[in-house]
Amino acid sequence: MNKKTDFTNAKDLLALCEAKNIPISEAMLLRETSKFEISREAAEERMLKTLNVMRESVARSQTEKMQLLGGYIGGEGKELLARVKKEGALGGTISRAAAYAMGVIEWNASMGRIVAAPTAGSAGVLPGILAALEEAYKFDDEALVKALFNAGAVGYLIGRNATLSGAEGGCQAEVGAASAMAASMICELFGGAPPVCLAAAGDAMSNILGLICDPIGGLVESPCQKRNAMGVSNAMISAEIALATGGRCLVPFDEVVTVMHNVGRSMPYQFRETALGGLAATPSVKNLKPGCASCGACK
Amino acid sequence: MRELSVFDIIGPIMIGPSSSHTAGALKIARIAKMLAKTKIVSVRFQLYGSFAKTYRGHGTDRALVGGILGYATDDYRIRDSFDWAKKAGIEIVFEEMDADIAAHPNTVDITITEENGEVSSLRGSSVGGGEIEIVRINGCDIRFSGKNNAVIVRQNDKPGVIASITKIFEVFNVNISYMSVFCEENDETAFSVLEIDGEFNDLGMEAICRQPNILSAIYIKVK
Repeated sequence: MNKKTDFTNAKDLLALCEAKNIPISEAMLLRETSKFEISREAAEERMLKTLNVMRESVARSQTEKMQLLGGYIGGEGKELLARVKKEGALGGTISRAAAYAMGVIEWNASMGRIVAAPTAGSAGVLPGILAALEEAYKFDDEALVKALFNAGAVGYLIGRNATLSGAEGGCQAEVGAASAMAASMICELFGGAPPVCLAAAGDAMSNILGLICDPIGGLVESPCQKRNAMGVSNAMISAEIALATGGRCLVPFDEVVTVMHNVGRSMPYQFRETALGGLAATPSVKNLKPGCASCGACK
Repeated sequence: MRELSVFDIIGPIMIGPSSSHTAGALKIARIAKMLAKTKIVSVRFQLYGSFAKTYRGHGTDRALVGGILGYATDDYRIRDSFDWAKKAGIEIVFEEMDADIAAHPNTVDITITEENGEVSSLRGSSVGGGEIEIVRINGCDIRFSGKNNAVIVRQNDKPGVIASITKIFEVFNVNISYMSVFCEENDETAFSVLEIDGEFNDLGMEAICRQPNILSAIYIKVK
């Protein structure tokens, strides 16, 4: 019975969607209910709860005064949103989504409650985009819950066939994965067929291939925060391109995932979350103590 | 390989900032708490590797204390766990260790003292993505992932003892999903870790403790 609803790569997923004439979100929901002894209603309800935690993390990051543990970052999400509202940023919805994503990373670094999607360090991308699209296009709960199942399918394929861990694959495995998940999710929200969704996911991942994980001070603050903003904009533009071109692409999603895995494996350990290389090992941040960036009392 | 659920990908819901340094740390301490049978009066945390270097910036300390208080990984009380521990009359001590213990970089030793003077200890590592491994209990090297409910038994290492333990599970109609036995250095005593499907109860635990050659038994309830 499981065989009919299970899939382990994008090729099988697309075949399943075509055979049953269903979107990716439905295929993921069917897989979940057939594999994990959970009813459709319970799975949808749990995803709605997850969506609400995402919404809460966006809202509280924009309204509350946050106490960041490291203090390398703080307030950038609010500053960007203020610019979007007052002066109009370069791209309204994209900038708004990026502002929300940056806020969620601040909220995470303040011991706020977040949804790891797929990880805590990349937790801003999905909620940032969902919140901005919900505002701009008035998607209802049902559409947004489906969108998350779609994103989950893409994340599952990356996690199963490569990795979702910065310690194993660098930032491409975290923000790269989140961005790919989001790109596919956006396509389904705007009526893109399954091949269009996965083309967008593949493009988004392709654009972030090779990105290292080099957290300053070893903390989930910088460069994570701005990389989440980048993950947002990359997802949105990848989705837009895929929707415009009908998902035309040279390298299918499964192969992009394999490339990401191989690149991650060949990445020196200094660039895999150890804080021993990259931006974390630059002269400017070497003597920086947590809190220095925002406090400035000693300057 | 364990199958990934959509909620492994879009989730878990957790207090930030780090699945390994915050959520994973809490899970280790929550298991340590279960070693105590009476009220806990003091806890010492000895941090190794990355835990020792970055614990403040990751809220690892607050998460560990939250675990001792039995909180879930998405409980906002983790933020103020030191205050809650103080109110509960639990003394907390943190030590940053230099020693290279050749274990996983994110490792903590937790020593718990109860009001009756009983002392228990546990070593756990946070191995990534919020997954953990308990590698030592009360001085004995073991392996336990903390994913399933488990009964951990300390016994005299004699023939028939393990059979007498597993018999109890049969009587209580509880399936053992995974079992491993770890011998202590003295060769006279051993630890059995019995992971189970579903739940166990006090009556079952009493029955295990009544068996000959059983020195102690702890029920670790993780779900």
